[in-house]
Amino acid sequence: MKTLWRRHRCWLWPVIFLAPGVILFWGVIVASSAQSLAISFFRWDGFGPMTWAGLSNYVELLHDPQFYTSLKNNIIWLVMFMAAPPLGLAIALLVNQQIRGMRLVKSLFFMPLVMSQVAVGVVFAWFYDPTNGLLALIFKAIGATAPALLSNPEWVTVAVVIAALWPQVSFCMILFMAGLNNLDESQIAAARVDGAKGWHMLRHVVLPQLRQVNFIAIAVTVIGALRSFDMISVMTSGGPFGSSNVLAYQMYEQSIEAYRFGYGAAIAAVLFVVMAVFIAWYLHRMLRMEREGA
Amino acid sequence: MYPRQIKAGEPARKSLYLGSVTLVLFLWLLPLLAIILTSIRPAADIAAGDYWGWPSGFDLIANYTGVFTQTPMGRYFLNSLIITIPSVIGVLCLSTLTGFVLSRYRFRGNTLLFAIFIGGNFLPFQIMMIPVRNLTLDLGIYNTYLALIIFHTAFQTGFATLFMRNFIAALPGELFEAARAEGASPLQTLIHVVVPLVRPALAALSILAFTFIWNDYFWAVVLSPSDAVKPVTAGLANLKGQYVANWNLISAATIVIAIPPVMLFFFMQRHFVRGLTMGAVKG
Repeated sequence: MKTLWRRHRCWLWPVIFLAPGVILFWGVIVASSAQSLAISFFRWDGFGPMTWAGLSNYVELLHDPQFYTSLKNNIIWLVMFMAAPPLGLAIALLVNQQIRGMRLVKSLFFMPLVMSQVAVGVVFAWFYDPTNGLLALIFKAIGATAPALLSNPEWVTVAVVIAALWPQVSFCMILFMAGLNNLDESQIAAARVDGAKGWHMLRHVVLPQLRQVNFIAIAVTVIGALRSFDMISVMTSGGPFGSSNVLAYQMYEQSIEAYRFGYGAAIAAVLFVVMAVFIAWYLHRMLRMEREGA
Repeated sequence: MYPRQIKAGEPARKSLYLGSVTLVLFLWLLPLLAIILTSIRPAADIAAGDYWGWPSGFDLIANYTGVFTQTPMGRYFLNSLIITIPSVIGVLCLSTLTGFVLSRYRFRGNTLLFAIFIGGNFLPFQIMMIPVRNLTLDLGIYNTYLALIIFHTAFQTGFATLFMRNFIAALPGELFEAARAEGASPLQTLIHVVVPLVRPALAALSILAFTFIWNDYFWAVVLSPSDAVKPVTAGLANLKGQYVANWNLISAATIVIAIPPVMLFFFMQRHFVRGLTMGAVKG
């Protein structure tokens, strides 16, 4: 036994080191995800026996008007969220000055990112409150009546996305600030000698150097948009009448509240496929950069 | 530096610039300031519909103690600590091990294992919701701290492995060659070479993991329905439904739950920023 151990320890140790992390991650995260895909082909209330349903959950999904509302809202989230990287870059450029006191200003700009999304949801629910909120006060000051944004089917999603953009812009700002601190000074100086400035400088000298940061900022923004759940749950519960629902929240409603686990799993599977495209793109680029770097 | 810096000899322009940026910051934080203002307002103001005038008094202490005496927030707060701290410790241990092996040993499937850790980390939570919930029911730990601790440890290990692997891969290779030349076993290398060197990475990682787990809401709702184990995020969402008219209390509770991650962030800002931007920039 002892000699066996001695002979093999050079590869046994690494296996022992890897085992707990890999088993836990595969057992909980990877296996669960695969199992969900299987559940989506069954009818199941979460307690009784599962009955095979074939593609019927997916067929039902295609005829469910709520599915299209949720999908449309997911797209609105995705499109509006694309404002986060440029806004984050703008704030990063604004605060990238060496002035006494600027450090505190920078950290205060990060504040929304550190707070939980639930807290951000409460903060904005209060901000939007149509009778007593700050927005109502601003409208009153200009002699208008504030719209009840969160109970208006037309505007509710936009209002929730604006709230969600608040921490997301902070996140992008942190990324771009790190990027700006790593610019190649000699290129900037050379471009200045050549008379580059303003938009031209940003577009042709600075942005090409920020390619890596840009990629990460867009990736985290896409993932953040598709993952949206917390703010919707706290601010609107998907309402009014499902008008602010998204796939992630609809899935939760169908499973936990309506006990339709098979149908919920089918919605999750659709969300998974959409995300998988982005995840594959991200992994592909990341592993390629890794190979080029090494 | 870009953009062009204001010259040292122009203090007036510097102050003017700082003043304008502070104004932008004020607008940026306006929704938060509104909550803070409401959280120190006496209940009488709220009852009278006076939300935005100068407060008739400062009930900072009354409102914030009210959060703990009139609502179960104290319980939620303790629950959050009981869930978050062991999860963070678990994540740090597991990811140091996986990160070390994935960065320093060449074997078939290394890249695949690594890619799954990263990819899994980006999955939507809903795709694992039903099986994870069932798993905790089968293990008899549904609606206990352990359910959340196990899930958070498992999930965060994905991101943390990426983090630790990249950090250990960037350490000088001579250290590991020297250890091997001296005949050190992998365990000895781990204890005497890796652990002392990864301390800064562990500091950054612990703040990030703490913030992610503390702020989690989805799993709190799915795995811990009862008040006895509910963490602060799900607790706050409940309060918002129950204390509709008590905005001073809800506001104070919102600030209370934001305090731990905000304090950590302020004290260890450099670690936090370095952790988040790792991968975006070199070094």
